[in-house]
Amino acid sequence: MKSIILSSATRLLMPLMLLFSLFAFFRGHNEPGGGFIGGLIAASAFSLYAVAEGVEQARRVLRIDPRTLLGIGLLVGLISGLPSVFKSKAFMTGVWMEQTIPGLGKAGTPLLFDLGVFLVVVGFVLTVVFSLAES
Amino acid sequence: MQVVFAAIIGMLYAGAVYMMLRRSIVKLIIGLALFGHATNLLIFAVARLVRYNPAIVQKGDSAPIEPFADPVPQALILTAIVIGFGVQAFSIVLIKRVYQTVGTDDLDQIRGTDS
Amino acid sequence: MTSIVSLPIVIPLATAAGMLLVRRNILLQRVIGVVGSAALLAAAIKLLYVCYTEGIQVLQLGTWPAPFGISLVCDVFSGIMLVLAGIMSLTTSLYAVADIERRRTAFGFYSLLHILMMGICGAFLTGDLFNLYVWFEVMLIASFVLIALGGEKPQMEGAIKYVALNLIASMILVAAVGLVYGLTGSLNMADVAVHLRDVRQEGVVLGIAILFMAAFGIKAAVFPVFFWLPASYHTPPAAISAVFAGLLTKVGVYALIRTFTLIFTENPQLTHAALVVIAAATMLSGVLGAAVQMDFRRVLSFHIISQIGYMVLGLALFTPLAIAGAVFYILHHIIVKANLFFVSGVVHRLRGTYDLKKLGGLYATHVWLGVLFMIPAMSLAGIPPLSGFWAKLAIIRSGLEIEAYWVVGVALFVGLLTLYSMTKIWAEAFWKEPASPGPIGYASTSGLGWMVVPIVLLAAITVAIGLGAEPAFEVATKAGQELVNPQIYIDAVLGGRQ
Repeated sequence: MKSIILSSATRLLMPLMLLFSLFAFFRGHNEPGGGFIGGLIAASAFSLYAVAEGVEQARRVLRIDPRTLLGIGLLVGLISGLPSVFKSKAFMTGVWMEQTIPGLGKAGTPLLFDLGVFLVVVGFVLTVVFSLAES
Repeated sequence: MQVVFAAIIGMLYAGAVYMMLRRSIVKLIIGLALFGHATNLLIFAVARLVRYNPAIVQKGDSAPIEPFADPVPQALILTAIVIGFGVQAFSIVLIKRVYQTVGTDDLDQIRGTDS
Repeated sequence: MTSIVSLPIVIPLATAAGMLLVRRNILLQRVIGVVGSAALLAAAIKLLYVCYTEGIQVLQLGTWPAPFGISLVCDVFSGIMLVLAGIMSLTTSLYAVADIERRRTAFGFYSLLHILMMGICGAFLTGDLFNLYVWFEVMLIASFVLIALGGEKPQMEGAIKYVALNLIASMILVAAVGLVYGLTGSLNMADVAVHLRDVRQEGVVLGIAILFMAAFGIKAAVFPVFFWLPASYHTPPAAISAVFAGLLTKVGVYALIRTFTLIFTENPQLTHAALVVIAAATMLSGVLGAAVQMDFRRVLSFHIISQIGYMVLGLALFTPLAIAGAVFYILHHIIVKANLFFVSGVVHRLRGTYDLKKLGGLYATHVWLGVLFMIPAMSLAGIPPLSGFWAKLAIIRSGLEIEAYWVVGVALFVGLLTLYSMTKIWAEAFWKEPASPGPIGYASTSGLGWMVVPIVLLAAITVAIGLGAEPAFEVATKAGQELVNPQIYIDAVLGGRQ
């Protein structure tokens, strides 16, 4: 079942959704948003693509296997806890950069942790959605 | 308000148990989801149903404006929702696989491992 | 250097995440799996040593002071459990090299196993009630996938029951945690314990205690909520069911012991008296269920339930000796029960079936396997000088001390029936003439060495604990002392602020 309306709409919607997911991700620092929400939006963008064009095509567009994304996300989350250990503080203590990055604000390990969450959510949701849609 | 809330939570729990006791696995999963919603609302009610300020420190202040709402139960619910989402996503994949391998969604037929 | 407390969580996480990146390379996965488990075991042993010599170790995650942040707390009891988790992780990783075929390994068996370990270690370490729930969920999601991994028909049938019952337990737990927060305004276990003393509404506290008992009771498979266990634990491959049988239910028992020695200690004449009855019923129903079973692993599954009864009994009697006995019992049982499941896997590998009626004659062809089965089986039944004897002795002695004669009688009777079940397996699988000579189903001896090494390792530990019961019991006694004096735990976590 392939619908022209859906697939052309998806071509427009998907980049917007991905952009919006990044927006939600970065906004999450001090306002509603964050890695989880951003990850869900990104995952729904790829899920929409999978519905419109088929799972095979969606996997090709994603390029990385969702389970690999899950693994990278876990590692990133883990790494975000380590800088504090080297500064001989307790594990997972937030460590912040001295200067601010223009347009982003202060970056620090919580942002890294959020990135990990983002990747884990995308990886997990897409693993589930793809395996449901495939068989 | 409290009474209405308590009634809703009670009805959700009752509905959840009713759905879980049905024989279809799909209804079992729906029942589990309702159980989760009821629990989340219960935790929400624990924070007291009042209209207070958000517990956010404004620029220049050192404490949130009194009286402020307790943010912890909301954080708990958020975590519980996230976990519930993951678990339910898995359960749906599981029941699909169960249906494919066992060939029925009737829990009374799925008893090959019981005796 | 309190960061070492986080290692039992960090190591499995790093192992699991690393393995998700090398999913295609089966050999590398096996190597990383074994190395990661060895690292976990080493960290756990170090942590136990530090706890034993220097007292309770506390790590305030993110430097948020207790009770506002999440504390990781390691006392001797947690330390013992972590070491056991490390042993199980290592032996299962070794055993799985031969037992878990390429298909399941490629799907991610090893990363799932280590995520499971992360959840288990997290549950043992956390000092925060809600965090405990989160670790339980981490553990459950990994175990859900593990039990269904491979997708054979009995596995799917077992999985649906396992998943449904455990999800209900989790939601009862989170509701109870929410109510505790409403009552005390805190989630830190030590802080909750302090505040709960001042709460006047005894009925509400009792209700919450019963909710906790129900939630952990389902997870620990106590009477009358154990039916999910024998319906699901015998379905996955032996390596998976061994780690489930050894560790998973014990996490429920751990949580029961933790909450009912630290938090709900105000009303023992009700809560702990109820636990005595539950323990007796659990012991009886488990062992009677096992008596009629004719499947190797189903007999063992029912025995998990009856043994859980002994542990809960140790908690319920609530004397220092009884608690130490319960800790010792967990220590002994995890090793022995996992070992029996490992042996069942080897039997299946040799003869292609778990059905006791079709098995037979194994002693004639494989004497060594008979010996390796006898050691954990006799230990489970409580024959001296193996570890099970000392574990049962401690619990029965503490029962006699407080003159709870009827429950001691039940415990002794159950011990006798355990011996009956073990001799039944022995007679059916090893001793009698086989019904048909060759293997019944698919059988192969390739890679058998990988399966025998962990069995020998665990059997050696059982014998070592039995012969050197004195030092092992000393550690358990230290754990018991800390558990019956919750003030030590509270002081360690909260420091000066109370």
